Amino acid sequence: MSAVTADAGLASPSRLAWRSFRRDSTALISCVIIVIACAIAILAPFIMPHDPADADLLRRLQPPGWMEGGEWAYPLGCDQLGRDILSRLIAGARISLGVGFAVVAASTAIGLGLGVLAGTARGALDAVISRFADILLGFPYLVFAIGLMGMMGPGLDNIVLTLVLKEWVVPFRIARGETLGVSRLDYVEAARAVGASRLAIMRGEILPNILSPVLVVATIRVAHVIIMEASLSFLGLGVQPPAASWGSMVADGREFLADGWWVSTAPGLAILIVVLAINLAGQGLREAFDPRLA
Amino acid sequence: MTVQRLVEKLGHLLVVLFGTSVLTFAMTLATPGDPVTVMLGDQRASPEQIASLRHDMGLDLPVISRFGAFLWHAVHGDFGRSFFHRRPVLDVILERLPATIELTVAATLIALAIGIPLGLFAGIRRNGVVDRLASLGSLVGVSVPGFWLALLLMLAFSVSLHLLPVSGRTGYGGEPPAVTHLLLVDSLIAGRPDAFVEALRHLALPALTLALPMAAVLMRVTRGAVIEVMKADYVTFAEAKGLSRPRILGLHVLKNALAPAINVAAIEIGVLLGGNMIVETIFGWPGLGRLVVEAIFSRNYPLVQAAVLLYAVTFVILNFIADALQGALNPRLRA
Repeated sequence: MSAVTADAGLASPSRLAWRSFRRDSTALISCVIIVIACAIAILAPFIMPHDPADADLLRRLQPPGWMEGGEWAYPLGCDQLGRDILSRLIAGARISLGVGFAVVAASTAIGLGLGVLAGTARGALDAVISRFADILLGFPYLVFAIGLMGMMGPGLDNIVLTLVLKEWVVPFRIARGETLGVSRLDYVEAARAVGASRLAIMRGEILPNILSPVLVVATIRVAHVIIMEASLSFLGLGVQPPAASWGSMVADGREFLADGWWVSTAPGLAILIVVLAINLAGQGLREAFDPRLA
Repeated sequence: MTVQRLVEKLGHLLVVLFGTSVLTFAMTLATPGDPVTVMLGDQRASPEQIASLRHDMGLDLPVISRFGAFLWHAVHGDFGRSFFHRRPVLDVILERLPATIELTVAATLIALAIGIPLGLFAGIRRNGVVDRLASLGSLVGVSVPGFWLALLLMLAFSVSLHLLPVSGRTGYGGEPPAVTHLLLVDSLIAGRPDAFVEALRHLALPALTLALPMAAVLMRVTRGAVIEVMKADYVTFAEAKGLSRPRILGLHVLKNALAPAINVAAIEIGVLLGGNMIVETIFGWPGLGRLVVEAIFSRNYPLVQAAVLLYAVTFVILNFIADALQGALNPRLRA
């Protein structure tokens, strides 16, 4: 206890938060899993044992290496077209994680910008953006995504566009709320009093002080977006064959539950592990950075 | 809720409902190219037929009048004709709605029955065995993709154990006479236990798939609320003045912890409405969700549009009701 009090005098709040985050072993292990998954996605072309699109009907529904009839050259077995599941899993990591991070990054940038703008401008501009956000919240997430994808047609670009259109509301509402809270504080008043421009106040005073709650929620949202992309791809609205995403791989195995349970199981497990790791890491970040939310 | 507050909230509700219909209408503008050409696809149609379909769908009008017509018709329950079914869209939707309602209600009840008691118990006995297990389970529950959970349940209970049917809503035994179109209720009315059991067996897996993730969220929220309430001054005070523990729990904890759970339940029903589309598709459940997915692939735009609007309106109204209920349970939020 005394050590913590001594530290408090020297360390900034964010350094203290990192310190408490590092003591959270579950969150740390989760971070390691996320880093490994990202490394796999980035290095995909170099570590895939086979061509993920290489079909061979002789290996149709070949079981995983440890089962009878399997071989270790294809450790997780093959799908209904005889394609190596491990290679497809690695190739799919690029799409699943890529969409997850891209959508959240774009949404956070948009939501943060609009949130700070609405929170400082207030009045009509705030009312317009906030009502628009309310209207978007009126659609259940997947209903909106499936509906809009149904109109625009399948494809990865459309998935990213659809999800960003819906997702920016989350960081927007947090950023707006935090901005409203921070704007009332003395140091913002002081900056205003000495004649700082509105842009300077937004950038210099408000943004740095609302960033951490927005970023903490953004980490957790990656998990949600990954599940959304997987759900859309599962329905056949995402990447088109022969490209693989974890969601479409689960869909591939749907017809072969009885003869090839491994086709759907491996990609589903991959989604579960990554999403679980992100949720656990996010929970740890939340407890460390924003004890109010924990 | 004061009258002024209610009027304010109703006004907000109307703005959101109007905005929802604008946005649903705007979605159709996102279709690549001309919807009529896309809808007709490979079918050979004469220029006259194309022009007539365009006219039927109102595509020859400017956007503003198209939206006006869409809204005017929608308010009167007219969503146009389903090109694919050659019938009014509303009829097709109403025919499929009971199956979806039955599934959604069943899933919600299961989720409430699992999530809330577990959350209360875990919160009261914090860090106990039940709490640890339930917390771990709920973490997995919120992280598992629904479509995969559906396949796992199917693999376990249908493919391996042959306990439950893989798909559909009823067996070959014949459906009971339709009164409410909810099979469970209808078979009870008809006094047909065999049909009831058959309907229940078909309902079990899809309902469980939807219910488990929802139960996980409800459990977490209820647990958090209980822990929060137990720390409150009025609970300490009640303990100090010597109220028995069951009384404290019944009087203070239950009521105050349920308020957030109700709000989350409304949001989660929205998640169920989306999840329905996937779960109904997997289990061949003849409801609205599967209809929408089929409509997307047959490019039946009027149907997709009507269903999206219906889902959104339901969700907005549910949230409104939850909001009002929460206000009634927790007077502090009325301010």
